[in-house]
Amino acid sequence: MDLALLVTLGVFAPLLGAVIVGLNGRRLGDLVSKSITTGLLFFSCAVAWIVFSQWTWGGLEAFTVELFPFINVGDFQSVWSIRIDALSAVMLVVVTSVSSLVHLYSWGYMAEDPDKPRFFAYLSLFTFAMLALVTAADFMQLFFGWEGVGLASYLLIGFWYKKSTASAAAIKAFVVNRVGDFGFALSILTVFWMFGTIQFAELFPMIAAKAGTGWVFLGHTWSALDLAGALLFVGAMGKSAQFFLHTWLPDAMEGPTPVSALIHAATMVTAGVYMVCLLSPIYEYAPVASAIIALTGAVTALFAATVGLAQNDIKRVIAYSTCSQLGYMFFAAGVGAYQAAMFHLFTHAFFKALLFLGAGSVIHGMHHEQDMRKMGGLWKLLPVTYAVMTIGTIAITGLGIPGVGGLAGFYSKDSIIESAFASFTNGHSAMGLFAFFVGILAAGLTAYYSWRLVFMTFHNKPVWKDAHHDDHAHDAAVHADHATHADDHAHDDHAHDDHAHHGPLKPHESPLVMLVPLLLLAVGAIAAGFVFAPWFIGDYEHDFWRGAIFVSEANHVLHDSHYVPLWVKWSPLILTLIGSFAAFWLYVTKEGMARRMADRGGIVHGFLYNKWYFDELYDVVFVKGARAVGDLFWKVGDVKIIDGGGPNGMAWLSRKLAGGLSRFQSGYVYFYAFVMLLGLAGFLAFAIYTWGA
Amino acid sequence: MDITLQHYLAVGAMLFTIGVFGIFVNRKNVIIILMSVELILLAVNINFVAFSAYLNDVQGQIMAMFVLTVAAAEAAIGLAILVTFFRNRGDIAVDDASVMKG
Repeated sequence: MDLALLVTLGVFAPLLGAVIVGLNGRRLGDLVSKSITTGLLFFSCAVAWIVFSQWTWGGLEAFTVELFPFINVGDFQSVWSIRIDALSAVMLVVVTSVSSLVHLYSWGYMAEDPDKPRFFAYLSLFTFAMLALVTAADFMQLFFGWEGVGLASYLLIGFWYKKSTASAAAIKAFVVNRVGDFGFALSILTVFWMFGTIQFAELFPMIAAKAGTGWVFLGHTWSALDLAGALLFVGAMGKSAQFFLHTWLPDAMEGPTPVSALIHAATMVTAGVYMVCLLSPIYEYAPVASAIIALTGAVTALFAATVGLAQNDIKRVIAYSTCSQLGYMFFAAGVGAYQAAMFHLFTHAFFKALLFLGAGSVIHGMHHEQDMRKMGGLWKLLPVTYAVMTIGTIAITGLGIPGVGGLAGFYSKDSIIESAFASFTNGHSAMGLFAFFVGILAAGLTAYYSWRLVFMTFHNKPVWKDAHHDDHAHDAAVHADHATHADDHAHDDHAHDDHAHHGPLKPHESPLVMLVPLLLLAVGAIAAGFVFAPWFIGDYEHDFWRGAIFVSEANHVLHDSHYVPLWVKWSPLILTLIGSFAAFWLYVTKEGMARRMADRGGIVHGFLYNKWYFDELYDVVFVKGARAVGDLFWKVGDVKIIDGGGPNGMAWLSRKLAGGLSRFQSGYVYFYAFVMLLGLAGFLAFAIYTWGA
Repeated sequence: MDITLQHYLAVGAMLFTIGVFGIFVNRKNVIIILMSVELILLAVNINFVAFSAYLNDVQGQIMAMFVLTVAAAEAAIGLAILVTFFRNRGDIAVDDASVMKG
């Protein structure tokens, strides 16, 4: 079959599934709904792998299928297209692979949920929006996909809409993303104003000529490309949860775990990284914007890693880990190693989806318990989950021996760290050294919190057993705890919930339909690194990208990253080992010590546990601030000035005047007589005066 | 001492003034207002008659007769209103008659 037609069908298959199941889900029934959406997704996945393998090994040329005009207003021409090149081929594979496995996994995870058709329709809708985003050939379709994934994310975070925290988290995600999207919309306008086109194919060749253009604004000359790049990055910051706009991501964990794996780990949050790499022609000529990206990415990588150290919710730890890894990708792109950023995006999708789905398996097995402090010793009861989680953890910590090999994360993360160092030594990026040191430090922290998760969940003594001994002793506190706990998960509709709260907890391994996706992702987490490293960042790098990523003449970062000093190559491994052993020592050798340290509190733990107090800060600055401004305009501006001076003031004045005048109407006869007399006297005086004169 | 026109006019003016002040200085009794009106009319009559005699013109005295008639009718109607007023309010104090107050 013609590849263009096949790709078109592949992109629109999830939309078809979403429409059929979304509109007719109740009539079709659960099984048909699940089968339709999952089947269509696996079809998309097959198409994506065909395209990707054709691209990598079959010498496929980049092409664009123009389907229909999208928005045409004067010069603002947007065509709905499917652009196939190296970047979109990579993203197609990532999105459809993870999405199809998540669909399959959800058969098991959502087995007891009454709204399965709705869930699967949302998942497919998300997948379509994401495919529209990655295959866009102009900014407008990119923006459409951008908003589409935002909508699907909102719907899925708030899937258990009866849970107030989930609704609040959904709204928070949507609102925070609005901030980023505002920057994105501004940047599209900026690009259109500068170049008169929003088509990537027309835009990219024109950029080099405009490199020095500046705009005078507020007495300062701003580099136009830097401005456009920085505004685009604001959009990417919102979607990819970078520092300052990251607050929505941990709260988004209120959604079902498969959603977290698909949207908030593997695909949607990487859209920002994808966009920065796609727009590498702009960023190569925008050094200031690139420096901002590198700085923000590095700060995010460090910040999220530190917060991840102190979290107790299994999903939140992974959420902060995602945030941190996204920071890695951004600073890689910021220092000019776009290939390394894309490679980390690719490998991260596998091992982070694996970790999330593994966490989902634990949560499923623990009857919707997410607090790691109430787990422990699960490795015997959930052996498969334990095995794949360990693989995922080794992959994310980037454990591997330089020169020999390792799991997926080793290749991509080390490449990023080495690129950061190389960009400093060859003078390409001012942020290189800072990013390098943050990178190796965050690598150590990553190892610590990732292993801490594994140790707290799967090793040590099973805390959940103790909790139930207490239960038998009629410990009032435990009962109260369980009551609130039942409230929290009242809408999970997990059939085992009842027996979880009234009898001894029996953690169980997940069904096969959940384990198969885990095993497949584990294969990806093991192999994605050494299979694809030569194509993404290694010897065949140039043949693989074939111009999809623009690298200027002066940019040798990726090339130089292979020739960094030996200590640079080994430092991430050493930091990773230190972090791993610290976690082992604190959580296994000296079991309970970390718990006691946390209970004792302390400023540092409080600071990290409360996520650097960002939510509190935003509450004071934005929520309370907006309220104060609103109060000012309401109570002073409207009530006092406008109402006070306008209608109410006039009414008050006329009442006072009328009150004064009405005192003349005393009602007493003698008063009227007196006034008449005065009037008469006045008239007489006037008449006499006039006549006399 | 001759009694001249000026004396009559002075008496008329005094009576008029007493009548006027009787109307609005009085705060008690409606009857006193009626009496004051009578006093004013009387002052007018004195002026009419005085000028009639002074100018040897009878028209002034005829006019005085009209005024007397009107005054009698007015007193009758006024007293009738007063009786009705008293029946309705049980009181004829001027201070209480302020229904028209604004």
